[in-house]
Amino acid sequence: MSAISVNGRTYEINAAPDTPLLWVLRDELGLTGTKFGCGVAQCGVCTVHVDGIAVRSCQIPVGTVGQRVITTIEGIGETSAGARIQKAWLDLEVVQCGYCQPGQIMSAAALLTANPDPDDGAIDAAMSGNLCRCGTYVRIRQGIKHAARS
Amino acid sequence: MKRKVVLCLAALAVIVGAAALGVTGWMVFQPGPYAFATGKPVPLSAYQGPAPTGVPVELAGADPAMRGAYVAAMADCQACHTAPGGKPFAGGRAFVLPFGTIYTPNLTPDPETGIGNWTDAQFLNAVHRGVAPDGSHYYPAFPYPSYTMLSDEDVLAIKAHLFSLLPVKQANRPNTFGFPYNQRWLMAIWSALFNPDERFRPVPEQSPEWNRGAYLVEAAGHCGECHTPRNLMQALDQRAKFGGATAEGWTAYNISADKVSGIGDWSAEELAAYLSTGHAHGRGVASGPMGEAVELSLSQLTKADIGAIVTYLKSVPAVKGDLPALAGPAPATPQLAGLDNPVGKRIFEGNCASCHAWTGAGAAREEAQLTGVRAVNDPGGANVALMVLHGSGAPTPHRPHMPGFGNAYSNDEIAAVTNYVTARFGARSSTLTAADIAALREAN
Amino acid sequence: MPRDPEVLEPGTLSRRAVLRGGAAVLGGLFIGIELPAGRARADELQAAGAALNAFVHIPVQGRVSLIMPAVEMGQGVYTSQAMCMAEELDVGLDQIEAIHAPADREHYGHPIFYVQATGGSTTTMAWTEPLRKAGATARAMLVAAAAAEWNVPASDLVTTRGVITHPGSGRSLRYGDVTDRAAQMVPPADVPLKSPEQFQLIGTRARRIDTPDKVVGKTVYGIDVRLPGMKFAALTASPVLGGKVSHVDEAPALAMPGVRQVVVLEDIVAVVADNTWIAEQGLRALDITWSPGANATLDQAQLWADTEKASTGPGVTVRKEGDATGKFTAGTPIEATYELPFLAHTSLETQNCTVHVHDGVCEIWVGTQVPGYAQAGAAQVLGLPPEKVTVHNHLIGGGFGGRLEAAPIVTATRIAQKVAGPVKVIWSREQDIRQDMFRPLYHNRLKARVENGRVTAWHHRVTGPSILARWLPPAFKDGIDSDAIDGAAEPPYALGDMLVEYVRHENGVPFSFWRGVGPNSTVFSVESFLDLIAHRTAADPVALRRVLLGKNPRARAVLDAAAAKAGWGTPLAASPFGARRGRGVALMHAFGSLLACVAEVAVTDGGDVRVNRVVVATDVGRVINPDTVVAQVQGGVVFGIATVLHNRITFAGGRVEQTNFNDYRLLRINEMPTIEVELLASTEKSGGIGEPGTVVVQPAVANAVFAATGVQLTRMPLDASLIARSV
Ligand code: FES
Ligand code: FES
Repeated sequence: MSAISVNGRTYEINAAPDTPLLWVLRDELGLTGTKFGCGVAQCGVCTVHVDGIAVRSCQIPVGTVGQRVITTIEGIGETSAGARIQKAWLDLEVVQCGYCQPGQIMSAAALLTANPDPDDGAIDAAMSGNLCRCGTYVRIRQGIKHAARS
Repeated sequence: MKRKVVLCLAALAVIVGAAALGVTGWMVFQPGPYAFATGKPVPLSAYQGPAPTGVPVELAGADPAMRGAYVAAMADCQACHTAPGGKPFAGGRAFVLPFGTIYTPNLTPDPETGIGNWTDAQFLNAVHRGVAPDGSHYYPAFPYPSYTMLSDEDVLAIKAHLFSLLPVKQANRPNTFGFPYNQRWLMAIWSALFNPDERFRPVPEQSPEWNRGAYLVEAAGHCGECHTPRNLMQALDQRAKFGGATAEGWTAYNISADKVSGIGDWSAEELAAYLSTGHAHGRGVASGPMGEAVELSLSQLTKADIGAIVTYLKSVPAVKGDLPALAGPAPATPQLAGLDNPVGKRIFEGNCASCHAWTGAGAAREEAQLTGVRAVNDPGGANVALMVLHGSGAPTPHRPHMPGFGNAYSNDEIAAVTNYVTARFGARSSTLTAADIAALREAN
Repeated sequence: MPRDPEVLEPGTLSRRAVLRGGAAVLGGLFIGIELPAGRARADELQAAGAALNAFVHIPVQGRVSLIMPAVEMGQGVYTSQAMCMAEELDVGLDQIEAIHAPADREHYGHPIFYVQATGGSTTTMAWTEPLRKAGATARAMLVAAAAAEWNVPASDLVTTRGVITHPGSGRSLRYGDVTDRAAQMVPPADVPLKSPEQFQLIGTRARRIDTPDKVVGKTVYGIDVRLPGMKFAALTASPVLGGKVSHVDEAPALAMPGVRQVVVLEDIVAVVADNTWIAEQGLRALDITWSPGANATLDQAQLWADTEKASTGPGVTVRKEGDATGKFTAGTPIEATYELPFLAHTSLETQNCTVHVHDGVCEIWVGTQVPGYAQAGAAQVLGLPPEKVTVHNHLIGGGFGGRLEAAPIVTATRIAQKVAGPVKVIWSREQDIRQDMFRPLYHNRLKARVENGRVTAWHHRVTGPSILARWLPPAFKDGIDSDAIDGAAEPPYALGDMLVEYVRHENGVPFSFWRGVGPNSTVFSVESFLDLIAHRTAADPVALRRVLLGKNPRARAVLDAAAAKAGWGTPLAASPFGARRGRGVALMHAFGSLLACVAEVAVTDGGDVRVNRVVVATDVGRVINPDTVVAQVQGGVVFGIATVLHNRITFAGGRVEQTNFNDYRLLRINEMPTIEVELLASTEKSGGIGEPGTVVVQPAVANAVFAATGVQLTRMPLDASLIARSV
């Protein structure tokens, strides 16, 4: 039994320490905004923030999280960058099926926090791990730039 | 220790010609695997210390099945005798050698296709002398010059373990060697020259731990088969013991005490962690054949046995290599001047950065660290490229998994990302080309 | 030439649909759709109020419920369907709530397909009119109710944003105030619809109604369903296609904490556990022996060869005009074949389905394009009447055809049948790919005679399986799969004497619809072949197409728009991604829409292709939401580029060789070209737009690679080794 902090709340965890954070969030805590897509760090739909850094939750054993602070799509709107990205996503109608978008938004919010004015190269570097099968990349790029200006 | 060698001049002439006699002699008359150690080896029966052979004391009272399984794990038979995705010990794994492909045989007790009809004597003859029941000689891809040091008791414990498995009916595949390598009788000569056919001889002047380590490393674990370079006659060159070599396309690094190229600056704890879990903090992850050795053999060994191995390895003298010193940390920013490799960067940021991070320090878990890892600091680049091609193998529950990219990425792309990774996170960039990647695909 | 409208047999394909041009079930146009009689099912609606018809439910208080016959999987149809209804109903999109239609063919059966399905880029074509009628009829009933209440003529009343006003007296009331009274009215027939000038919503860039929840992680997809007491299941099928379980050692899995049960079916092994991860680990721990069966020798080279062989065998004539064969003997024809691989759907939401079988009923939570098939499939497994099976549909995390089959739902039901309590079955990515029903392998054989820059004879032979014969048997008529030959039967060009044939060839690999469907193969082949003709006759690819489009000004306008926007004929800028550069064009007319695409590529010496720029011009007829059209083209282009550059499913020893995104490669943002979309103003009937972008970009890219390298690749995807520059 251990505890983790997600979106400012502390949760008691029963899962085995090698359980990926993704499945703890989804199956144990009911935070299903974080998605499963590949399990091998190739799609990015499971992206969350650990101490503000975007990471793939399918790769993090929950036992290694410790005191670090986790933020998910359900909580990212509380941050300035997260709120701006979410608004830009609506303003530009980025979203199609939406399944990848929690991951896209988490990656984009981390980028914007680290780099308030990202150019195309920086966007590529931060966003290329996030797949979108619907192909919303044109608008993701525009959305990040739009949010940076807002 | 001097090798006991039967010299057959006529046969030698067949292989290399009389003019090369001097060279041949140099190759044949070389030190034994632990001749570097101070002391005078004695026969096992004359050794006063605790037995360096068999199972460790903790398991002495265990049932024979468990002891057999342990000794089989020590000798790591399974890795080679299992085809990818195949049944354990049923053979069929391909080894691509310069002269053709060899397939390992079925070791399950199936009477027709496996070893179900073998007697103890036949099994001992095979493991100690490389001679099959029909009298033919095995190719030394089967490491009998190492296994010859195993005690009779241990060899028979392995046999008992194999006979406890479910028989698998799977016919052995013939190798694809062409002339002259398909002349198995030549192996008799080779064996006469390079297999001393002698059991392990402990060194009383060394500690019991060292002796146990020597037995595990030299006889059972056969580490030198991959990590010691071979001479022109394909025998291990003990003068460059553990100086590094190539196995199935993978570079088996220098594991001598050299501080730069070898493991001289690894702590005992790091070595123990690496051997028993396949990972030591900041040292990278055992991959390819070493990953298998960890998974199927080393990770099964007791803490004391791992400690013995470390003690022994630390005693092996340094062999100088030409690898550069490990580079330090890499910058966190994706931009990096002087890395004019847009394709490599594109693949890294798409497929790799999620786990390895732009710093190369590992994003989600430390096993993904690239900086400070020998393979990444090897301008040869082979191991990085093979890792990209094949990944870390089938996923296992407790170790992180890396998928392979060889099936969907071109040779140019694999070369580019390898060169990018070695340039960004290592001491010096590799300069692999598409042709190099094609060759690695062939070798593995 | 348009032919006479053809009425399909009543009760088979559709009683309501009238198709034009027998070829195109999926791309056909139709007229005369009726509003289905009946009211929305009350069990889907909680608020007090009344259903005025199958699609509109007006509550006393709160948001108007609109029932969505077509499911939302990203293509924007919840918004466009809502726009159609809201337009005529006179409510704002902020005043409505979208409700998934239940499994109910009578009310929500597709006007073209008859069965309840979403796909084939048909939603706008099929549903615009019925939904506008639904809105208009409901509005008329509400207005009539208000008129009766106030005792004034209905024609004196005006409506806006859900409020009915009598300007004469200044009285007004909300729809909810008269909903019960309206429900008593007999629905009027033939309510007039608004004319386009009166539109306030249709044709505007209305905000999507599904996105606010999606950006905050609140949307519940099928995979997100949570029920009290629910267990989680992971499953595996045989690595060899169609293999059966011969032995399972369950002990290692059952020994793991959290593993509850191992379910062994004939062809599937599943582990039921306390969470998805434990279930996956349990599955890995199992020692399963499979008996591979007949497919153990299935090999990709053989699959290609068998299809090639079938393509020379007997076929069915789809279209014959003049004497193409005779013309070929009189001159030397140009010939080519084009081969398209198996493809996986790989929506990011993997297949999943939550099922609870209890007390003689079955409840299913899933996102599906075919709720009716889902219901029927589960009912059959359980031996229950269909009405005992409830399908709770969900938004889908990417469809692309992958949710047009009930098979995964049937599998989940078979597992759930053996589990006490609700169980969520999740396919890992590896299993999602392994158990997919693939885009079939297609072979196209083309032959043309060219005289004086014009094509005077044309022969196109399409070889592939028939999806429709299984999925919608009435649509498989006279041995012709109208989907497989869509795009071949009626190309937009004048091609002289025509012979179009179809060879049905099936090879044991499961197959289904896939974004772009039949035209993916036919349009690719026609457009590639036209570039080969241009190459052989030293013609410019755009100029050649313009000549062949002589009698088709609508198509030519689209082609010209794309060529102009792309700067066709101007020199290409240098690219850091490869020294060899080229531009390619393609045109298509399918799904009721016209698109032209120009792609620019750079090719490295090693043969890697980078798409730098894509320009698409499109005439999709009348547009409901222009922003959605542009988004669909953008997304379709990305989908198509991954397809033509990277995607293939191959078999070795009966095993699918691809496993996950490391070897089934999707496009990433750092591989993106710029995409420019020009939407041409049009008053033609609305066409579909979910698939065409995917279709048209593939030949455009292949033609650009041809221009850049001088090599036309004919087997997809593009093989770098064949266009590597020999040094
Ligand atoms: S599920 Fe974690 S990256 Fe795909
Ligand atoms: S919006 Fe559907 S996968 Fe990205």
